[in-house]
Amino acid sequence: MLWSDLERLGSFWDPWQEFERMRRSLFGDGRTSTIVEFPAVNVWVKDDSAVVTTEIPGVDPKSVDISITGKSLTLRGSREPEKEQEEDTYHRRERWYGQFSKIIDLPFNVEADKVEARFKNGVLYLELPRAEAEKPRKINVKSE
Amino acid sequence: MADETKEITKKEAHTPKGTEQISARRLFRPDVDIVERKDDIVIMADMPGVGKDSVDITLENKVLTIYGKVDAEIPEKHKLYISEYGIGDYQRVFNINEEIDRDKIEASVKNGVLKIILPKSEALKARKIEVKAEVAEA
Repeated sequence: MLWSDLERLGSFWDPWQEFERMRRSLFGDGRTSTIVEFPAVNVWVKDDSAVVTTEIPGVDPKSVDISITGKSLTLRGSREPEKEQEEDTYHRRERWYGQFSKIIDLPFNVEADKVEARFKNGVLYLELPRAEAEKPRKINVKSE
Repeated sequence: MADETKEITKKEAHTPKGTEQISARRLFRPDVDIVERKDDIVIMADMPGVGKDSVDITLENKVLTIYGKVDAEIPEKHKLYISEYGIGDYQRVFNINEEIDRDKIEASVKNGVLKIILPKSEALKARKIEVKAEVAEA
């Protein structure tokens, strides 16, 4: 099983290869050409928590709006274009600017009070613990 | 425009023919804005995941290369559930045709955006070319 490879921590475990392998198993070919709504997100999941990462360079983290309703996570934010002067000539203008609003569907309800968000070098990391009531409970089988 | 959907994908970098990537890392081409101002040229490149210590900028002859190394935080014990973007380093190469004052180049990184200011050299700014008008013989 692919996931068992995660146990192989040590000098031979390359997180990059692991990531690429996981992507390939999701999409089958390793090179996705799907166009997604901005911003692109990656969502990681385990039994009791989810991690959402997204790349929003140049965005002021204080202006990002993160809201959760049940299993839906909504991210909103914006980036202003640079101030232009009269004599400025743009030779390239590829970078995005404007507003974005994105809804991500998570596999479970989230404990909204315990969500943690970090912003580093233009990457937003969200840690979303699963709602307590929903966590899988072990059921003991009594033998008669 | 009523349609606010932005379609933006990360672009893979093109490596020159014959060269290969040694590592398993992917290489992406960052989106840039290049604006020529009165006294300088400003390049801004989106390189999320790159900090000021992981940027490499070289200017050799008239070729400017920017390289950003990404230290991705991949959660342990989690399974990938949705993947809309790949993670890798950034690289882009430019031909600079302007005369640039190499000693006064400034670079800074903030929130994953690299900003390079290339001041135009004094020689270029001061150069005035006189055009003599020719008087045609009658």
